[in-house]
Amino acid sequence: MVLIAVEALRHSYRIGGGLVWALDGISLNIEQGDFVAVMGASGSGKSTFMNILGCLDRPAEGSYRLDGIDVGRLRQDALATIRNRSIGFVFQSFNLLPRTSALENVELPLVYRRMRAAERRRRALSLLEKFGLADRASHTPAELSGGQQQRVAIARALVTEPLVLLADEPTGALDSQTGQEIMAIFRRLNGEGLTIVLVTHEPEVAANAGRIVTFRDGRMVADHPATQHAWHSGSQGRLSLVYNAQ
Amino acid sequence: MRAHRLRSALTMLGIIIGVAAVVVMMSIGNGARERVAAQIRSLGTNLISVTPGSARMGSVQLGSGAAPRLSEGDAVAIESEIPGVIVAVPLLYSRAQFTVGNSNWQGVLRGVTPSYFIAREWAVMAGREMIWEDDRRAANVVLLGTTMREKLFGHADPVGALLRIRDVPFTVIGVLERKGQSVWGDDQDDVALVPITAARRQFVGTSRANPWQVHNITVKFAEGVSAEDTMAAVHDLLRQRHRLQPGQEETIMVSNLAEAAEVEETATRAVSLLLLTVASVSLVVGGIGIMNIMLVTVTERTREIGLRLAVGARQRDILTQFLVEAITLALMGGILGVSIGIMAAAAIGTFAQWPVVIDLSAVLLAVSFAACVGVFFGYYPARKAARLQPIEALRTE
Repeated sequence: MVLIAVEALRHSYRIGGGLVWALDGISLNIEQGDFVAVMGASGSGKSTFMNILGCLDRPAEGSYRLDGIDVGRLRQDALATIRNRSIGFVFQSFNLLPRTSALENVELPLVYRRMRAAERRRRALSLLEKFGLADRASHTPAELSGGQQQRVAIARALVTEPLVLLADEPTGALDSQTGQEIMAIFRRLNGEGLTIVLVTHEPEVAANAGRIVTFRDGRMVADHPATQHAWHSGSQGRLSLVYNAQ
Repeated sequence: MRAHRLRSALTMLGIIIGVAAVVVMMSIGNGARERVAAQIRSLGTNLISVTPGSARMGSVQLGSGAAPRLSEGDAVAIESEIPGVIVAVPLLYSRAQFTVGNSNWQGVLRGVTPSYFIAREWAVMAGREMIWEDDRRAANVVLLGTTMREKLFGHADPVGALLRIRDVPFTVIGVLERKGQSVWGDDQDDVALVPITAARRQFVGTSRANPWQVHNITVKFAEGVSAEDTMAAVHDLLRQRHRLQPGQEETIMVSNLAEAAEVEETATRAVSLLLLTVASVSLVVGGIGIMNIMLVTVTERTREIGLRLAVGARQRDILTQFLVEAITLALMGGILGVSIGIMAAAAIGTFAQWPVVIDLSAVLLAVSFAACVGVFFGYYPARKAARLQPIEALRTE
């Protein structure tokens, strides 16, 4: 089943006097349960592509359908709902709220869903536990290591049970050892059936994915399976295993 | 907000000062109103004061000696001939030296009739009242105001004691209730009252030319009677009795005491209104301070806003968040301002001897005004935050 369908996507930035096409006709389908790595040099358009997938930005041309919904046509509030319910985003720089506990950071997306505090807390705690951070729940980001912060960020991305996890250079700010630990988590989540799209410029990181697409100058120049790793089980379903303890 | 305690405190300062000033001004204004109301009550209601004015010839002031003087006959005529007048009391007054044993006191001596206590609604606290028999006999009896009594007798009971007024012995028959300060700021209780007949015989007004001269006639008229009409009637009657020709210079002053007190009040209120305006300006300045700091906060937290938008916050959520923050700042400033204002008002009341009345409506008004300032000046920064595009907000460093 196709989860993400991108058709002739174009996006431009105005730099100086002229338009620069960051994306110049991208068409791509991502199946449910896929683990896709988007590779490319800086300026290849991969981050722009990611922002559009994450509904943080709107494409200038072309269509983007997420789970059958034409996202490009939605209004601001509807986009906010999509971001809240269907997408989990992990950033290179973690983007945790400072002076706010790990638990509260994980709860944040649920706050905007108007969920009861007790239920929010239960869900956030169960995810922190899953990532081995139960004893760090009350710590603020400043009191956590980079790897721990990224795990909190992943827990925050997953707490809404999204359709897809989008990660923009999730290991970029981490040492290689910690980066590998984070990638192990991604493989495990994909093994549980979660669709993941990851942006990276490191081949070792991309090698964790099941499929690697390569961008150059706003175009897709390669799309092939990473056959050496058959991590993804291809099992269907929407993150059902994350909450299987319930 | 928690992260920048000093900054928040400084931001609130404008609101604190503004609200405190509003509370102080309203307390002083209310105090002035209360005081004047109390003074009018202490004066006695529905009173008209008649005093001899000074005569003029052209622009030459002839001095009060040339003016036709008021006499006891005028008081009798007013009381008997003008409808609506309850009593018309003739008064004589003079400063005098009072002596009890070794203690001396300079104070006001007033010669009155028993009607005076009706006009001024002034009751006797201890001892007995002045009666017409005292007046008829020109008895050497005296009623003391509380201040006079304290100065002369301390805490001892003065009733029945002997008091020398300009070396003439008088018997204290009673002590009057406390009246407090008059509208004009003098102590109404620093007074000794004797029968007008005794005053005339012993000290004043015994000139051969005008043996029945009085210094003032205090007229009390009935409830429901117009003060203006009564004043006009008194005026006409006295012009007629003193044979003043039409067009001849005014020599008698008729004034409404309550009105005079109200003029005082109006002046005080005008001043407090002016200060209230200044205080409102301070509130607006405080509001601009809040707007300024909220704009800084929004800029500083652009990344946080981007993150919140990325995890699903709607524009409305962001707007609410920053609006609540601005209102919290303003309200905290308002509440602190009210506390400081109440303390300042109480201090003014204590040290400046100025009556202050702190009422709940002033406090609520000030606090809700502060909240409105928060909404008004917080809206623009909050809207600015809410309209950020998630991707641009996330990209800022």
